[in-house]
Amino acid sequence: MTLPATASLAFTALMRNRLRSLLTMLGVVIGVGAVLMMQATGRGATAYVGDTISAMGSNLLMVIPGSPRRQMGGGMTAPLFTVADVEAVRRRAHDLDALAAVTTRPMRLVAGANNRIVSVGGVSPEFLSIRGWGVADGRTLTREDERQAAQVCVLGKTVRDALFPGGPALGQELRVHELSCRVVGVLEAKGASAFGMDQDDVMYLPFSTFSRRVLGSERVAFMMARAPSPDRIDDLKAQLEAVMRERRRILEGDEDDFAVRDPRELQAVLDQVTGVLTTFLLGVAGISLVVGGIGIMNIMLVSVTERTREIGVRLAVGARPRDILSQFLVEAVALSAAGGLLGILLGLAGAWGLAKAISVPFVFPAAAIPVAFGVSLLVGVVFGVFPARKAARLNPLAALRFE
Amino acid sequence: MASPTRHETVTGPAPLLALAGVTKVYGVGEAAVRALDGVDFEVWPGDFVAITGASGSGKTTVVSILGCLEASSAGEYRIEGVSVQALSADVLAALRNAKFGFVFQNYNLLSRTSALENVALPLVYAGVGRVEREARARAALAEVGLEGREESRSNQLSGGQQQRVAIARALVNAPEVILADEPTGNLDSRTGRDIMELLSGLNRDRGITVLMVTHDPACAAWARRRVVFQDGRIRSDTRGEVAA
Ligand SMILES: Nc1ncnc2c1ncn2[C@@H]1O[C@H](COP(=O)(O)OP(=O)(O)OP(=O)(O)O)[C@@H](O)[C@H]1O
Ligand SMILES: [Mg+2]
Repeated sequence: MTLPATASLAFTALMRNRLRSLLTMLGVVIGVGAVLMMQATGRGATAYVGDTISAMGSNLLMVIPGSPRRQMGGGMTAPLFTVADVEAVRRRAHDLDALAAVTTRPMRLVAGANNRIVSVGGVSPEFLSIRGWGVADGRTLTREDERQAAQVCVLGKTVRDALFPGGPALGQELRVHELSCRVVGVLEAKGASAFGMDQDDVMYLPFSTFSRRVLGSERVAFMMARAPSPDRIDDLKAQLEAVMRERRRILEGDEDDFAVRDPRELQAVLDQVTGVLTTFLLGVAGISLVVGGIGIMNIMLVSVTERTREIGVRLAVGARPRDILSQFLVEAVALSAAGGLLGILLGLAGAWGLAKAISVPFVFPAAAIPVAFGVSLLVGVVFGVFPARKAARLNPLAALRFE
Repeated sequence: MASPTRHETVTGPAPLLALAGVTKVYGVGEAAVRALDGVDFEVWPGDFVAITGASGSGKTTVVSILGCLEASSAGEYRIEGVSVQALSADVLAALRNAKFGFVFQNYNLLSRTSALENVALPLVYAGVGRVEREARARAALAEVGLEGREESRSNQLSGGQQQRVAIARALVNAPEVILADEPTGNLDSRTGRDIMELLSGLNRDRGITVLMVTHDPACAAWARRRVVFQDGRIRSDTRGEVAA
């Protein structure tokens, strides 16, 4: 019998027991769906974080308060840095290409009738160039601004649109706290960060202006340092640590109360987390596929028994054992392949929904789809062989006499 | 017992099917049943044989062995001189497909399948293309008088009609031998007579060899040769005139 004929036979048989076929497929649907969803979401998230980090530059280090053993955001209890710390680092770290002090604070900005609470950053003039962040309009912050503690600022696109809707922003005045500030530049739009935050909802002004005229404190929340090239980054890290240990009077053998972080470490951590998660879910999916396969085997065994007479008739009119074998094998494969297709659709839908929900871009898992489909075919073959062989080995007369 | 000399004069030089000392044992040890016990039996081209005998005497068994639905336990079965024991499962399938047509007491049609598809089934396994399959199945259905019922499902047909579909299926691949196991067993006598007319017509007009198991003397009377089984052996094998 030809393959198309066998396939249409299998289709007819499966359509006869629609609900049973659907329930039988479920294991494969879930297994394949889970794999695909995980693949797509994991890839999307890591790729996006990776993009964000590499956009920041591969020769960047951050110096933040708090023990290095604490993960991100653990600097609450450790003292902040001082302007003197920044100067010491600037003088003594040899492999330093650029250094910026940063202090951020959410504050209300007022411009005419409009106001908005924005993450306001007092930054050294090097900050924007370290982050590779240019202006779309106007100019960036300069050393001169810093020296004079000039009352100027640059706005992220979101802030510009909120405070000066429809009108020009450059040259306009706005108020931060008690300070009046002139807009000298509008930053290029960056969009959402890897963690879903709007990076354009910011306003930067010179560090000196912010600390002296707004906060009344010269504390530095963190430093951003750039090495001249990526291969010098380890040297720079060692130098930053040495200077800061000395500055903060940390004794030999004591733990640092600050950390020098390489943004690429974040990527490594993320990769590791995704890897563990992917392995775990692959395991779950594997179990689900095996369970699904056993379900298919079970139903196929039932089907062989139910249709023993039919097999007898087919053998009596000239079906060869291999015709019967392929009939039931194709049926099992059709079941699992249909389950696989359904799983792929559900997995894609799930991945798309999840990507939207955690606002990372949806990456179409082009490579995972044929693999998922192949695996579902394989499940059908592996678990379909036994029932199909059982059918093919039936004795014609015994099958015809089967009650 | 049939003597070869007697047959040679009537039908030709070589038997179509020949059993020599064929024994079939079902089960093992205590539970072993000797369904056939050293049967010698020859079928000649063009024969119309009625096999009768008490229930359990081995009629179904012998027909099944002749039709390659079942292997014998001992003895030799030759088809046109070729020993069947040596043949592969695929060759046996090809023989069932092309040389034999089966008709069963309970029709054995595929359920939820149209008459046309049922009849075309042997052609599927013969590798005949869809168009020719359908044409030949239609012709076979017409031959058994079921024109217009091609699309009917088995459960929409009467017993007699179902048995006609089964005969059309047996016919469709132009077999040399039709093996019918109690083809009228489930039918009333009038419908049974229609079926007998059909079978004897196939034998008479198309030269198809017919072997038919029956309990009904009226049906057996249609055959030219009557074989009686008893306890797995042939008790008598006689030739007679065909009843009107
Ligand atoms: N699969 C089997 N296992 C055990 N015994 C069997 C099997 N098939 C047939 N037999 C036995 O073989 C003997 C012959 O059976 P067979 O079916 O050939 O009889 P029969 O002449 O066709 O009877 P009936 O007229 O009732 O159809 C019987 O005693 C039966 O019980
Ligand atoms: Mg019988």
